[in-house]
Amino acid sequence: MGNYIFNGLIYLIAIVFLIISFIKSKQKTKQALLKAWNSFKNILPMLLGVILLVGLMLSLLDTRTISKIIGDRSGIMGVLLASAVGSVTLIPGFIAFPTAALLLQGGAGYIQIAAFVQTLMMVGIVTIPMEIRYFNTKVAVLRNVISFALSIGVAYFIGFILNVWQ
Amino acid sequence: MNKDINKRQNLKNFLKRYLFFLITLVLLGILFIFRFDAGLKATDVVVYSFKEMLLVLPPIFVLIGLLEVWIPKETMIRLMGEGSGIKGILLAFLFGTVAAGPLYAAFPVAIVFMKKHVKFSNIIILLGAWGATKLPMLLFEMTALGFKFALFRLAINIPVILIIAFLMEALIKKDEVEAIYEKAARL
Repeated sequence: MGNYIFNGLIYLIAIVFLIISFIKSKQKTKQALLKAWNSFKNILPMLLGVILLVGLMLSLLDTRTISKIIGDRSGIMGVLLASAVGSVTLIPGFIAFPTAALLLQGGAGYIQIAAFVQTLMMVGIVTIPMEIRYFNTKVAVLRNVISFALSIGVAYFIGFILNVWQ
Repeated sequence: MNKDINKRQNLKNFLKRYLFFLITLVLLGILFIFRFDAGLKATDVVVYSFKEMLLVLPPIFVLIGLLEVWIPKETMIRLMGEGSGIKGILLAFLFGTVAAGPLYAAFPVAIVFMKKHVKFSNIIILLGAWGATKLPMLLFEMTALGFKFALFRLAINIPVILIIAFLMEALIKKDEVEAIYEKAARL
């Protein structure tokens, strides 16, 4: 729900700026739209591949499998596995969060869930080819490695605080 | 003659650009043969993600197109370039936080920022915020995992994103950053 509202808001902002731009200069607006189209064309081939790859992975890795991997186990192994699953996959938030909630109900610990959510957001193995194309290999690898390491720290921090709080 | 060579070159380029996609397409076909139900499920996810992409990306691309055309490089350098200090950091957080869409949608934004000579560490902050402190996702997270969980994750992520940016700035040499920016200008 919140997502749709935000998306609508971004459309509204884009449309308002587009109208202002059009009033100020037709020529520049045309140029901007052309640039927008070109960036989209640029990203499209890889994006299609990524979307298909994610579909393939999620078809084999459903909620039950994920909860088997990180649900019952605790400790560092569960955290590492949760981080690995979060790093490799690219699950849209609307699927990821309900899944995470289910896992929590299913007995997974806060640390594992936090590791899963955090790596999902910060580390993207399937999008690494894209990141390399836009930056370079060193930047892409370093950013993901650092993010992965810190994600585990974040997971323990959240787990610790939430466990103390209760 | 020339036309023919051109055509072949175009086809070659097309295949090269779409190679990854074609491979995944073949894999999907194989999945359908061996496990039809899993193939259907994969197709479901693909259609869903494709719809999400078509829904989320257009306004982002329009906005970065407008930004590229209307905002002069000098303005962006002043706001987010070298020496922009805390102002640049805050703006990078702001851009990432109000964003919509998965992390990959942030890459084209990063390209435009590089063209405008936004400081490298601020671009890394943008990526971090886009991933971890995105407002729409945060609302989702609160309803699914609880207010406390989402809030603590947000709180700890602010310093974490800064640390990532700081480390990247320290680890990537100046000339490498320049090479990346030059490449971005050609994209």
